[in-house]
Amino acid sequence: MLLNTETPVRKTSGDAGGQSIKKYSDFVLKYNTLIIFIILLIVSSIISDAFFTARNITNLLRQVSGIGIVSLGMLLVIMTGGIDLSVGSIVAFAGVISAYFLLSMPFALGIGVTILIGVAIGSVSGYLVAIQRMAPFIATLALMTIVRGLGFILSKGTPIILEESGQSLKEFGGNYVFGIPNPVVLMFFVFILVYFILKYTVFGRLIIAIGSNEESVRLSGINVWIYKFAVYSICGGFSAIAGIISTSRTGVGSPILGIGLELDAIAAVVIGGASLKGGKGSAVNTLLGIIILGMIGNIMNLMNVPGYPQQVIKGLIIIFAVLLQGIKKSDSS
Amino acid sequence: MSKDFRVEMTDISKSFGGVTALKDVSFRVRPGEIHALVGENGAGKSTLVKILSGAIQKDSGTLKIDGLDVQIKNPHGARKLGIGIIYQELTMVPDLTVAENVYLHHLSNQRGFMNWAALFRSTDELIKRIGFDIDPRQHVGELSVAYQQVVEITKALSEDVKILILDEPTAVLAPKETERLFEVLNTLKSQQVSIVYISHRLDEIFQIADKITVLKDGLKVGEVISSEASTDDLIQMMIGRKLSAMFPKRKKKIGEELLSVQNIKKGKLVNNISFSLRSGEILGLAGLVGSGRTETLRAIFAADRKESGQIIIDHHPRKINSPKHAVSEGIALIPEDRKNHGVILSMSIKENISMTMIKSVVYKIGILNKSVETSIVKKLIRILQIKTKSIETHISHLSGGNQQKVVLAKWFGRDCKIIFLDEPTRGVDVATKIEIYQLINDLAEEGHGIVLVSSELGEIVGLCDRALVLNEGNIRGILERAELTEENIIKMSI
Repeated sequence: MLLNTETPVRKTSGDAGGQSIKKYSDFVLKYNTLIIFIILLIVSSIISDAFFTARNITNLLRQVSGIGIVSLGMLLVIMTGGIDLSVGSIVAFAGVISAYFLLSMPFALGIGVTILIGVAIGSVSGYLVAIQRMAPFIATLALMTIVRGLGFILSKGTPIILEESGQSLKEFGGNYVFGIPNPVVLMFFVFILVYFILKYTVFGRLIIAIGSNEESVRLSGINVWIYKFAVYSICGGFSAIAGIISTSRTGVGSPILGIGLELDAIAAVVIGGASLKGGKGSAVNTLLGIIILGMIGNIMNLMNVPGYPQQVIKGLIIIFAVLLQGIKKSDSS
Repeated sequence: MSKDFRVEMTDISKSFGGVTALKDVSFRVRPGEIHALVGENGAGKSTLVKILSGAIQKDSGTLKIDGLDVQIKNPHGARKLGIGIIYQELTMVPDLTVAENVYLHHLSNQRGFMNWAALFRSTDELIKRIGFDIDPRQHVGELSVAYQQVVEITKALSEDVKILILDEPTAVLAPKETERLFEVLNTLKSQQVSIVYISHRLDEIFQIADKITVLKDGLKVGEVISSEASTDDLIQMMIGRKLSAMFPKRKKKIGEELLSVQNIKKGKLVNNISFSLRSGEILGLAGLVGSGRTETLRAIFAADRKESGQIIIDHHPRKINSPKHAVSEGIALIPEDRKNHGVILSMSIKENISMTMIKSVVYKIGILNKSVETSIVKKLIRILQIKTKSIETHISHLSGGNQQKVVLAKWFGRDCKIIFLDEPTRGVDVATKIEIYQLINDLAEEGHGIVLVSSELGEIVGLCDRALVLNEGNIRGILERAELTEENIIKMSI
């Protein structure tokens, strides 16, 4: 009936004091990822002299470069309301096949084919999700197992070592541009690409719109499946790049690489304020999210905290970050 | 003596943000009486029963149950007084058994353990009491809609209900199932339960109700004994008012045929629908809720996949397999469910409006040209007089009327020749309604072809050149301009 469908009148906070509290909490909400980042940065610098050194920072960034690229792909998928659990397996598979291809192929061809295979694997997920309408969690869970298995089959369960012919990849992984390691440059390049896509392209606009209300986008005369398909392909391609970076740094393509990496990537995106329901998220905050995760590991290594407590603390920080965002949800409902 | 009445509502008034929904309405029901409430959409029927069931609060007036003054503050309070309500949409949990659904609200009183034997036994007794035989162990999801409704009624009875409210209970029922429901209601009536019955189907009301109260625009216009009144009397009372003043005059220039739809089929609700639409014409699709109006538009627009049928645009047969196809063939659909299908609530006005033309506001290779986007959006906001401070405002902050204008704007920008409007004024204030009527007329004058679905008969009569009347997915008839009256539509649609 007509009258009952009207939206209720929005409550406005009355006094000036309420206003300033609201402004303050708005600020916390808007920049909560940045705030956590800065707090961690300050705390880390205080508790360890070794933290804020060029060497350590470079090291930290290099460590997160691979997973950073994966997280940016994951962000695109999560923005559409999907999820991709196969990224860790693709990283390992790409690491293995890049080492394998470089035994016989020229550098550019080997790398190019590896990335294309990553895109192809992502496209299989994209096909299952966008065209067969399978639940993203299920489709990519299946791909995760399949691709992991393929990596083991191809490598016969042992790492493939980069031979003489693969030296150029090893050099790439070890080299710098203006003092910045190549993998880090690559991560920033991917970051700028994703940032640009989300902010300035039709593709980005539609990804956000689909995550917010897919049916409305479809009824606006847009073929939604193309975009859903594309984000999985891109995510697969990015994961392959991360795998190649790993091989370039370690000199081996290992099939056991990246187990559980999908969870770190999801954590980074979520710490960056994205909603798993889709439609919300940012490239800048995802980058901060991944650096936050890296910093937690880094500072605890510097403090000689053993591995097991590290996991506990990492989990607690994820909860804390999401709780900060949670204020918003209860506020707006 | 007031004890004669089970329910006695006197001079009830209620308004929502300045809009009067009910004014000084009195409504009384005796024990063992079936009392029907009728009126057009927006007449105030639902508001009245929501006050009785505690879903909303009255502004003024008194309410007596069995002669005692009561205040009903919430649905829980209503249940304690023995008032049960059954909505049009059933609220069962399909994966639980019949018994669990019936006693869902009592399950927490079992100290954490289920007493299955007692649960099944007492459910069985309740169902038998109304003359049915349903296995309490069966899952509700496996039951037909009619039986689910019986379970709803059983659930109400489990709380010792004295007053049972049914809001459009037969909208989802087949004729045979309706018969069963009426048997149940008569059984309850003989057990002295008072029943308030809301329905659009006048023939049913004469069959089941003892008394009929007619509401119109929030006022009570009459109370009749059903054996002493006729369908025509009721229709007269329900319409009464002249809506024609709200509808602007239009220069009619009906031209070439734009669209011809032949034998469209989709499920039960779109059964061999055919019609044609000319340039400059406004064609109405009338019928009750659930008659297949929305489904017909969605099938043509390919929002749902049709089973068969042909669509001919500008005399050429077209294959339309997706909304994208439909739009590129020049069809726009303004959907009924604005919040879920029309707009994206979490995005800005600008982003919502440009959604339909997003691929044309680019420099090259898909990079957005934001200055072109802004100027297009600003122009459309001016044309449609959308009231907002900024084009970056989120849609969720706009009123229903302004949200609807955004949906219209996004299709105005696309300039489709054929425009489907599904309940374009639902949830919209009167001033905006008149603006929207003017826009619809302007579109027709510019040579667009328009199909209008509306539950407000006044709109169909006031705006349309012709109307198709649907009933349960079939075309019941076409009313040409000369015969297009609210009475004829009602007669044809029931």
